Amino acid sequence: MATVNTAWDHVGSNVFKTWLIMLIFSLFTVAVIYIIARGFGYGSPRFAGEAGEIGGLGIVGFSLIMAGIMNFVSYFWSDKIVLGVSGAKPIKKVDNPEVYRIVENLCIAAGLPIPKIYIIDDTATNAFATGRDPKHAAIAYTKGILQKLNKQELEGVTAHELSHVGNRDTLVMAVVSVLVGTIALLSDFFMRSMWYGSHGGDRDSKGNTMFMVIAIVAAILAPIIATLIQLAVSRRREFLADASGVLLTRYPQGLANALLKISSDREALEVANRGTAHLYIVNPLKGKEAKQWLAGLFNTHPPIETRIKALQEMEGKI
Amino acid sequence: MMSLNIIVIAVIIIIVLWLLFTYNSLITLRNRVREAWSQIDVQLKRRSSLIPNLVEAVKGYAKHERAVFNEVTKARTTLVNAKTPPQKAVANDMLTGALKSLFAVAEAYPNLRASENFKQLQEELSDTETKVAASRQFYNTNVLDLNNSLETVPSAWIANMFSFTKEDFFKASEEEKKDIEVKF
Repeated sequence: MATVNTAWDHVGSNVFKTWLIMLIFSLFTVAVIYIIARGFGYGSPRFAGEAGEIGGLGIVGFSLIMAGIMNFVSYFWSDKIVLGVSGAKPIKKVDNPEVYRIVENLCIAAGLPIPKIYIIDDTATNAFATGRDPKHAAIAYTKGILQKLNKQELEGVTAHELSHVGNRDTLVMAVVSVLVGTIALLSDFFMRSMWYGSHGGDRDSKGNTMFMVIAIVAAILAPIIATLIQLAVSRRREFLADASGVLLTRYPQGLANALLKISSDREALEVANRGTAHLYIVNPLKGKEAKQWLAGLFNTHPPIETRIKALQEMEGKI
Repeated sequence: MMSLNIIVIAVIIIIVLWLLFTYNSLITLRNRVREAWSQIDVQLKRRSSLIPNLVEAVKGYAKHERAVFNEVTKARTTLVNAKTPPQKAVANDMLTGALKSLFAVAEAYPNLRASENFKQLQEELSDTETKVAASRQFYNTNVLDLNNSLETVPSAWIANMFSFTKEDFFKASEEEKKDIEVKF
């Protein structure tokens, strides 16, 4: 493998890996849909004679549409929902000119419109960005982060958040959520239909029974695997935002120091929950960050040490 | 015979589509560079419009430092008249240098440093300088994107066909520096 060390290399490699994960995820989704649809009996010789029954494909379509609608709502109103849940208050330039200028100047460098700026009245140190596209973007800081970080560190954090906006991460994660949702709903429908036995005994041809067993296993495992892939995408986007952020500030040490400060502060952010945790620059549900490899698969964020190591690699090679 | 025709037609369609797509993306890249350039211009104009006020503010306390005022005013005029990116980059560096000596002069006048007006101008000027740097960074990123497309194959073939030209980075080159210095 080629040496990956400049910020450009980091950006390129993370974008490539995101696409790779997305490709694998799409293939995985198609495979799961196929297996469960077969489990429902669609495509079997007997099914062909039973016109009118709601077949596997009907359920697949229904799951896709349901997951699509649910995620479209959370994608389209992402800024309002998250900002409402976290109790963030909007500020104007006069309220905090220093922060406003940091955001404004980095936006010029990134070629983005200036997002709405919010403050969360909490002494925990964290920040996040959201919004369906750059024109509807919002960036939020806790009071604690504004107090504890110096200008260079705040610039690093802001560049990271603006990179999420520029990289369209709300959209990326929404697309991933639709796939996860579809698989979860589909598996759920299948398990329920098994429970009530509507597709049980009368389908006893050999091929069907085999697919039934495979489909049960798939319905149990697929939602977990889908969630793991979703978390892998989330971690990839964090690395990407770190690297793109460095291209804006040209100062990796600023973000690295900020990450150290944020992670060494053990105060948890009360307004964050499992639904919004992945948005923050550092996991706000402190103390739950797992260190082992297996548990690491369930993290929304890569370990701080790995992120800092990647940033230090970019030092002086931008 | 029939299927051969279909293959030939399909290949031609694909080539034409690729040509259109590449041409359009080159145009987009070039327009982005131009837009980014106008953003630098906005910030440079803002910077030069702050200078007369600043000079007035300093004059109020340090009338006899004429040499410094002249230097700043000249640098400002050069910046306003500069046309190409490298010319503007040089003129902007000149102005930065001239402003440095202006602020060095201001150091010697405690009353001036204490004045609200002067403080505000100084703050605004330093913010504008950050904005110039930021818009310059965005411009250079866009120039890099365009120049990469113009030099890498296969888009380079199309760029040659329609004679696209590389854009200059916003950076002061050595010859440009000399050109400007002669005018002083």
